Amino acid sequence: MDFQLSEDHSMLQQQMREFADEVVAPTAEERDQQAKMPPEMIQHCAELGLFGIAIPERYGGAGLDCVASCIVVEEVSRACAGTGVMISAHNSLCVDPIMMFGTEEQKQKYLPKLASGEWLGCLSLTEPGSGSDAGAASCQAVLKDDGWHVNGTKNFVTNGGEAGVMVLIAVTDPDDRKRRLSAFIVETDTPGCTIGKLEKKLGIRCSSTAEFAFEDCVLPKDALLGEQGRGLKVALTTLNGGRIGIAAQALGIAQACLEQSAEYAKTRVQFGRPIAKLQAIQNKIAEIAIGVTAAREMVYFAAWEKDVGRDYIKSGAMAKLFAAEVCSKAANHAVQVFGGYGYCQDYPVERYLRDAKITEIYEGTSEIQRVVIARSLAG
Amino acid sequence: MDYDLPEDLVALKNMAAKFAAEEIAPNARDWDREANIPREVVAKLAELGFIGIFISEKYGGAGLGDLGAAVIMEEIARHCGGTALMLDAHNALCCAHFLIAANKEQKAKYLPKLASGEWLGAWALSEPGCGSDVAAMTCAAVQDGDTWVLNGTKQWITNGHYARVFVIMAKTTPEGGPKGISAFIVERDTPGLSTGPKEDKMGMRASDTVEVRLEDVRVPKEDLCGELNHAFVDAMKVLDRGRITIAAMSVGLARGALEEAVAYAKQRVAFGKPIFEQQSIQFMLADMAMEIDAGRLLAQKAALLADAGEPFTYEASIAKVFCSEMATRACLNAIQIHGGNGYTKEVPVERYMRDAKLCEIGEGSSQIQRIIIARHHLEDR
Repeated sequence: MDFQLSEDHSMLQQQMREFADEVVAPTAEERDQQAKMPPEMIQHCAELGLFGIAIPERYGGAGLDCVASCIVVEEVSRACAGTGVMISAHNSLCVDPIMMFGTEEQKQKYLPKLASGEWLGCLSLTEPGSGSDAGAASCQAVLKDDGWHVNGTKNFVTNGGEAGVMVLIAVTDPDDRKRRLSAFIVETDTPGCTIGKLEKKLGIRCSSTAEFAFEDCVLPKDALLGEQGRGLKVALTTLNGGRIGIAAQALGIAQACLEQSAEYAKTRVQFGRPIAKLQAIQNKIAEIAIGVTAAREMVYFAAWEKDVGRDYIKSGAMAKLFAAEVCSKAANHAVQVFGGYGYCQDYPVERYLRDAKITEIYEGTSEIQRVVIARSLAG
Repeated sequence: MDYDLPEDLVALKNMAAKFAAEEIAPNARDWDREANIPREVVAKLAELGFIGIFISEKYGGAGLGDLGAAVIMEEIARHCGGTALMLDAHNALCCAHFLIAANKEQKAKYLPKLASGEWLGAWALSEPGCGSDVAAMTCAAVQDGDTWVLNGTKQWITNGHYARVFVIMAKTTPEGGPKGISAFIVERDTPGLSTGPKEDKMGMRASDTVEVRLEDVRVPKEDLCGELNHAFVDAMKVLDRGRITIAAMSVGLARGALEEAVAYAKQRVAFGKPIFEQQSIQFMLADMAMEIDAGRLLAQKAALLADAGEPFTYEASIAKVFCSEMATRACLNAIQIHGGNGYTKEVPVERYMRDAKLCEIGEGSSQIQRIIIARHHLEDR
């Protein structure tokens, strides 16, 4: 039994921390205000191999495991949660399903470009009328002689603004309750696939969240990802893994809250001494620290379960739920420690609070995680 | 990275779980009501090695580390917090102090008896006027030739009713503050040592808690345990490790609450279906399950560090405060899920709740843990 990171993982952590501190953090505020992901940041991430963390080396990736992915997402999110989710969504929502369900031809076609960052990846699952209830999707793909004709709307597509390739979940058998949906790989420049509005969000503002309209968008027959009728399985399996990435993102934000609050409390003087001397402040710092420490164990335990080939549905759901709630509470405490300054953009903690909230919502709301965990107790 | 318990500890866990289910669970309600654990149970626990957890095999102990202790504590506390607390005070307080501070002769004299369960041990730090504030201790030891003369009152002494030997902290340098405290090994039949009646506690009732009165108790100088004026440091080391076992006990109590609540929710029918199918109930259970897993990871993390000889004070404090508060929450929710039945002694969850509350108080209150945790981040090191 050994909870410590391996030497390789520790080195990766060190490397990511330096990248986050030197490159990601200094420009995070600017990205948040402009609500844009500059191509240079994507380029930086690509150069470090962050778009091919888990892609095997033969396709141009780094061939690393889920623990490594969590390290990357945690450390980058500690500096900028929007950049963190760009990396997480690309890897776990687009690359992973192609790796898990793709044919050799599909892998050869897409993975090298995804690994190099030439193409950013995204997942189109949610629709205006179907969020947690993913099975109720209405976007349709109908097979005709010239291929799959897709019609419908997808929204809340993370990375949609920059993505070159998406995994699309669409209805192929409307009357088959169990095998209603199928997954497809779609190149975003396919005629008939049009990007709609980019959401103006509370947080993770530099990460794009796009709407896509499909109007008789024709996909080649071999765009099908996995078997026809298995789209819900592709989506849910993908989200099971993606959840761990979001848990790591939440952990990174919470860690930043801990560091920033402790640092501020040591220097802010009131009543003649640093507020760090006040028990009220100490209790908040302790509360954040307890949550962060526990969340970190939950995240890496789930990642480890995935890496050793165990069923990680429960541990992944627990990690995501726990880390997300820790993260929001930590960010709220952090703003409180900073007082009025925390409410202003001169310090990063108000951004942390805005960013934190999304971790309780996307890739399975906290409520959905509880349903998943309770199911594991049904026995 | 490897989150699996080593095989020998899996075997230990199974053994402890079997004993707890067969020998403890059916009787725990009686022990709680009668505020007593029958002595033959202690003998059986000793046979399993649970009375000499940390003591090395050469003295007849099990030679386990903190991870092993955490495994045992969780399984025993799953069915009876009081029995676990008795083991905790004996192993993680009294025996641990011997292992940290006693000399060779003292170990040779006492450890075999403590390991075999022939003698139960107790550890005496708190006083009526000094709990978290250890340096405010008033119990005094004054040197008189080759003996120390102890006077004062010790309070909340777990196992004190049955203990045959005590490790007692006393002021040896009155103006020394924390640096003026020493520890003494005092046998029960030493003249001047007496114990009060068992405290009538809210929970952990199977475990006995008494006051220990010291009136001109003469202790030979060779029974000083550890260096003179060094007991504060030793006691803090003892408490650090004790926090891991309290955390593990808390996990056990919370797991008991969860398992009972799940079983009840599946068979209790309301509105035509088991209440397990109601989302409000499911969500309470999901939170309990999640926090139990988080708590166990924290306890194991601290135990692994302790076993590896690395600093673990911070991690032990985090594990202790998280697990103890989590356990009380879990037990309260388990009562809620049981409804009116949960408010009676017909089901064990009300006992678990009473037991769990102590874990937030004993061996460093939650408030003390938070100070330790905050200090780690707020003081320049």
